[in-house]
Amino acid sequence: MEILHEKKLKFLEEMANVIRQDIIKMLVEAGSGHSAGPLGMADIFTALYFHVLNHNPKAPDWEKRDRVVLSNGHICPVQYATLAHAGYFPVKELMTLRKLGSRLQGHPHRKSLPGIETTSGPLGSGLSQSIGMALAARLDGAKHHIYCLMSDGEHNCGNTWEAIMFAGKNCLNNLTAIVDRNNIQIDGFTENVMPLESLRDKYEAFRWNVLEVNGNDITEFVAAINEAKATYEKPTVIVCHTIPGKGVSFMERDYRWHGKPPTKDEAREALGELRTLHGRIMSEHE
Amino acid sequence: MLNQEIGLNPKIFDPKIEERPTRDGYGDGLFLAGAQNPEVVALCADLKESTRVEGFAKKYPERFFEVGVAEQNLAAIAAGMGISGKIPFISSYAVFSPGRNWEQIRTVISYNDSNVKIAGAHAGISVGPDGATHQALEDIALMRVLANMKVIVPCDAIEAQKATIAAAKIWGPVYLRFGREKTPVMTGRETPFIPGKAEIFWQSKKPQVVIIAAGPIIYEALLAAKELEEEKIGSIVLNSHTIKPLDEKKILEVSEKYGAVVSVEEHQVAGGLGSAIAELLAKHNPVPMEFVGIQGVFGESGSPKELAKKYGLTATDIKLAAKRAIRRK
Repeated sequence: MEILHEKKLKFLEEMANVIRQDIIKMLVEAGSGHSAGPLGMADIFTALYFHVLNHNPKAPDWEKRDRVVLSNGHICPVQYATLAHAGYFPVKELMTLRKLGSRLQGHPHRKSLPGIETTSGPLGSGLSQSIGMALAARLDGAKHHIYCLMSDGEHNCGNTWEAIMFAGKNCLNNLTAIVDRNNIQIDGFTENVMPLESLRDKYEAFRWNVLEVNGNDITEFVAAINEAKATYEKPTVIVCHTIPGKGVSFMERDYRWHGKPPTKDEAREALGELRTLHGRIMSEHE
Repeated sequence: MLNQEIGLNPKIFDPKIEERPTRDGYGDGLFLAGAQNPEVVALCADLKESTRVEGFAKKYPERFFEVGVAEQNLAAIAAGMGISGKIPFISSYAVFSPGRNWEQIRTVISYNDSNVKIAGAHAGISVGPDGATHQALEDIALMRVLANMKVIVPCDAIEAQKATIAAAKIWGPVYLRFGREKTPVMTGRETPFIPGKAEIFWQSKKPQVVIIAAGPIIYEALLAAKELEEEKIGSIVLNSHTIKPLDEKKILEVSEKYGAVVSVEEHQVAGGLGSAIAELLAKHNPVPMEFVGIQGVFGESGSPKELAKKYGLTATDIKLAAKRAIRRK
């Protein structure tokens, strides 16, 4: 991974903004889907695909590529938008999200779209699948890294903790979990639905290395990725504190935006805000 | 009479016939598949010895993964390995896998088309004294309904070994079902085993009924056929070890020819082998059909023999069903 220069950082922040705008356009066109999670994770997805990963969008099956598993598949609009801008498939295809015959299924499917490593959606099984990939890589003596993106809500699932226990036992240092700690799930705030804190203590008790960052700060996130890759004796989890709905003021931090798309009017307003934000990014870096 | 052409055990009706559990055949098959292909890996959920994975685990410790009592994790880890070039075999009791982890099997193995082999041990009511909690009577139905999934129920230890080796060579998800108890070894090394191809084990000169079975219970079907023969009632016994894909051609051919069918399985009659056959016949050639199996109830503790008698899984039950089917022609 190259050093994150100021110029690259500006490019990444701009790209994240473009991806946020595409997410809004995709969701309003689809008429269903999740808004808050994808917007909150746009910075992390951009950082991964445009800076962190060793991958080749023109050869999505390249054996030595790093793997990204999206365990909380419902935020796939952000992954689709990022993959398209990274060159995995045409950007115009984004507008087919959730439509009949589309490669952009409502939840990601391995066999539908290049760049999707595995099928996900039902929560709680992505970390286990990532473990399988990490074990296979270890058996093959392969050097690629597996990144598993997870939601905080899916830490309600028993399967998630089975996987956390297993990865700790087996010291899977080629695996990094990235948890979107945005504090919301469908029924409300995570700490009301089913308290998760202290996530740090829980992971540490299961023999993981725990890092915490502002998940909307690309510099902080990239630094944590570097630290995770330099940790050899344990798997690392990066707890990323993000703002759900980030970039659209009326969606930010409101759990009611977890699982619904914007109306046409709301989308217009959201896109206006994101364009203003884009201008701010440009001026801040000047 | 017994089909002489497929190398069945000549001592098949000897009361002292050799008996081995089908799970032993799985252990042997896994060991051999591991030797044949370095990509074969085994995962187990705290039942290494009783699911017979121990031999593989000792020989190939680097390819064996103990997951603990966590069947959802078992299935989903295997899914990740199966799309990364490995051929994972996951072993547990059938009530737990594919019972407890069905959604993981559905989504991340079956829909995901991951190359995972699921071994469900201790299946059927014959697990006995452990009681209904541990008697998997629904696993075939759970697996049969999944797109991309193949379902194989071997009849004895030798066939179990062949089925396991064959599963390692088939691309995609396969469910293999095994029993706990020692059961008669009916087939021989030479007996053909081709996934998806049913074999005639018994053929009378003038069959009046076709008995189609899967699993060790086919032994009861053979006993029934022999007794029917003594009563001058001819039959065919077909070993339909592969329930999905069903050998449609063979089943249609014999059912059309002889006009009455009895299905025999150690599973709920809803959703299992009998249902698969009935779906086929209803579409192409409806004939009178009787279903020997568990009739929509849970089992209980007891010896395998006592349970088979109480729940209607003996040669006598099959005989009566055959006569009922013939009467309905």
